Amino acid sequence: MNMEEEKRHTIVVLVDNEAGVLARVIGLFSGRGYNIDSLTVAEVDPVHKLSRINIVTTGTELVIEQIKALLSKLVPVHRVQDLTIEGPHVERELALVKVNGDRERLVQALRIADFMHARLVDSTPGSLVFEVTGSSDELDAFIALVEPVEVSRAGIVAIGRGDMILDGVSQDRE
Amino acid sequence: MTAQQTTAQPPVDVRSMTGAQVVLRALLDQGVEVIFGYPGGAVLPLYDALFQQNTIQHVLVRHEQAAVHAAEGYARSTGKTGVVLVTSGPGATNTVTGLTDALMDSVPVVCLTGQVPTHMIGNDAFQEADTVGITRPCTKHNYLVKKAEDLARIVHEAFHVASSGRPGPVVVDLPKNILMGEAPYIEKEAGRRRSYSPRREPDPGRIEEAVRLLARAERPIFYVGGGVVNSGPLACALLTELVRATGYPITLTLMGLGAYPAADPQYLGMLGMHGTYEANMAMHGCDVMVCIGARFDDRVTGRLDGFSPGSRKIHIDIDPSSINKNVPVDIAIVGDAERSLEAMLEAWKRVAPTVDRARVAPWWAQIERWRAVDSLRFRQHGEAIKPQHAIKRLYEMTRDRDPYITTDVGQHQMWAAQHFHFEKPRRWLTSGGLGTMGYGFPAALGVQMAHPEALVINISGDASWVMNMQEMSTAMQYRLPVKIFLINNGYMGMVRQWQDFFHGSRRAESYMDSMPDFVKLAEAFGARGLRATTVAELDRVIAEMLATDGSVLADIRVEKVENVYPMIPGGAAHNEIKLSPEDDGGHEPIAEDGMVLV
Ligand SMILES: Cc1cc2nc3c(=O)[nH]c(=O)nc-3n(C[C@H](O)[C@H](O)[C@H](O)COP(=O)(O)OP(=O)(O)OC[C@H]3O[C@@H](n4cnc5c(N)ncnc54)[C@H](O)[C@@H]3O)c2cc1C
Ligand SMILES: Cc1ncc(C[n+]2csc(CCOP(=O)(O)OP(=O)(O)O)c2C)c(N)n1
Ligand SMILES: [Mg+2]
Repeated sequence: MNMEEEKRHTIVVLVDNEAGVLARVIGLFSGRGYNIDSLTVAEVDPVHKLSRINIVTTGTELVIEQIKALLSKLVPVHRVQDLTIEGPHVERELALVKVNGDRERLVQALRIADFMHARLVDSTPGSLVFEVTGSSDELDAFIALVEPVEVSRAGIVAIGRGDMILDGVSQDRE
Repeated sequence: MTAQQTTAQPPVDVRSMTGAQVVLRALLDQGVEVIFGYPGGAVLPLYDALFQQNTIQHVLVRHEQAAVHAAEGYARSTGKTGVVLVTSGPGATNTVTGLTDALMDSVPVVCLTGQVPTHMIGNDAFQEADTVGITRPCTKHNYLVKKAEDLARIVHEAFHVASSGRPGPVVVDLPKNILMGEAPYIEKEAGRRRSYSPRREPDPGRIEEAVRLLARAERPIFYVGGGVVNSGPLACALLTELVRATGYPITLTLMGLGAYPAADPQYLGMLGMHGTYEANMAMHGCDVMVCIGARFDDRVTGRLDGFSPGSRKIHIDIDPSSINKNVPVDIAIVGDAERSLEAMLEAWKRVAPTVDRARVAPWWAQIERWRAVDSLRFRQHGEAIKPQHAIKRLYEMTRDRDPYITTDVGQHQMWAAQHFHFEKPRRWLTSGGLGTMGYGFPAALGVQMAHPEALVINISGDASWVMNMQEMSTAMQYRLPVKIFLINNGYMGMVRQWQDFFHGSRRAESYMDSMPDFVKLAEAFGARGLRATTVAELDRVIAEMLATDGSVLADIRVEKVENVYPMIPGGAAHNEIKLSPEDDGGHEPIAEDGMVLV
């Protein structure tokens, strides 16, 4: 195995939803010069006040191991899961894509949206906004085809398949 | 200011207490005896509460950085958590160097900082600083208390986080309205945090595997660091028992000195950049390395691709992020040193009940040849005092008194590490990871507070000592008889050495002109000042220093341009170690590849 080879990893982290927790996670990356390719965060368990952070990062095996160890060490972190290693999972992304132009251009965009399963969520006489979800590749392809004037992407959310369940509270060590 | 309303669970303690009283009560429940601090507007309520009790002693330092170093000295020499109390804004920002030092060297410290009232946070209020923002990267964890009902839990949790797992500094930022308003008290054990539970017990399977590998080794070595000292005296005793049971050699890092008795024949001395020849050569040539509570620091490993190339490596550490960080290892064991050593010892007695001395005899023969090089040798001749000689004499004249030694940073620090020897843990306190000049004197005050009867000596440098010399006032106020042994070479010696080696002897800004008269300086503070300029005076000055009851500064004028040897230049491997040249004048040229490293 080549130790120098850089690989993309999708890591999910369950944290206490408290002030400063995102700053701790981001600071860990910026302070040590690690890459963040994508990062999303939202509360997923309002009862226990847990948020889930999905991070996509690139690094050598040793660097990824460091990142996971450092994340696990943060006091508000309950669980760290490396989906790239721990098993089959699904990754999805959402984008809002705005296309401007004359009627002909908009009709063209609608046709592309139709066969690529993008949803029209807003329209004005000169513009359309599409919502598209899918793998990052699918989003890239759609965006390349419609030549938008503006794009807003949510970043990657990921989840393990089947029995692989990340549940922060019951899995905490005593 | 209006009192904070507490609407959550009713307080466990029905008496109504202010936030300041709650903090104080939590400190008492945590067993705190001493606080190092400096007052200011935002923490006046806490000072008021402190004033009205006499269980906890407050030590007034003269600069908040020194408060943290003093707390570090207190912590490292006792195993307890050091406590700091400072005001908001400049009080908090002045602690940053101390906190970073404690983080790098894994020292448990709880630092309470004042903050402007919650409703003023973010307004650029007077003496407001974003303390949690500033200290986030230099603490193990930090808190801003926003609600009175969280106060007691957070203070308790801060102590738990600071002292458990890999210890470190924790900041608790306390807005003034929280301190002044009513707050409920909760007991120490209530409401432990579920997300934080560092692992202490090692994996028995891995311990077994490690011991089996160790029992077959032909060229083994133990490489042990500050983590074993952190783990406690029992861990050090178990280490000694295990190392003796195996009959294998052991080397210690700068932070590990004292974890194993220096007088023991199996001890090879310190390793690393300024470590002994035998320790570094043995690290380079070993076939099995057991690293316990050390973190493969670059001052220890030298060039990574040349680091101990032929060995199988076992690494025991309480912090999973220390493992495989710089050097990939073969057997990784996450756990507390004490528990792991206990398990290893038990396994060793089972796996290797009889010691096979013949297996490692050729290895010891090789080590003895390296040892015969006598890499720490120096020649004291003539009138001028060699710095190594000064430290050697200090050691010889104090060794019966079980002294505590703190140092600053530079050449004197390395000579102290090489020529002062420690038979017990917690006697040696130095700033290793951050290398903070100005650490030693306030740290010594912290040690003396914890051990009032002990002999506490700060071995310092002429440049370093000036960085926190204001603490002489603190020493006088609390009658702390700390001895300062100043290795005065008139240079930032370590900087000068690197300039001579790597920058064509261009000594840019490393010479200190207009140095104070240290004897008069000590006297100005009300302490005693002594001076030695010749070898003949040295012993007399040491004796007089030791015979004096109060604090003494001994200005030891040493040879100005002595270099620290051995030296593994930055970017070199262990077997490329440079020894002291025979003539005392120059030094051998060293390749400039190491220049980019620090
Ligand atoms: C001028 C200068 C020169 C220096 N030269 C040298 C030199 O020649 N040689 C040298 O060795 N150093 C030298 N240093 C110091 C060096 O920079 C590092 O600070 C030092 O090597 C680190 O020591 P350590 O590996 O023991 O780790 P520490 O910093 O003491 O870290 C302790 C390790 O143990 C772990 N740990 C903590 N508690 C426990 C526990 N309970 N159980 C198990 N593990 C635990 C921690 O997670 C950590 O990984 C020098 C410093 C300066 C300023
Ligand atoms: C706060 C701080 N600033 C700068 C340095 C860089 N530095 C390392 S050693 C040294 C010189 C120390 O001089 P002195 O205290 O006289 O000790 P000596 O090396 O002469 O024994 C300096 C400036 C440091 N370690 N810490
Ligand atoms: Mg000097």
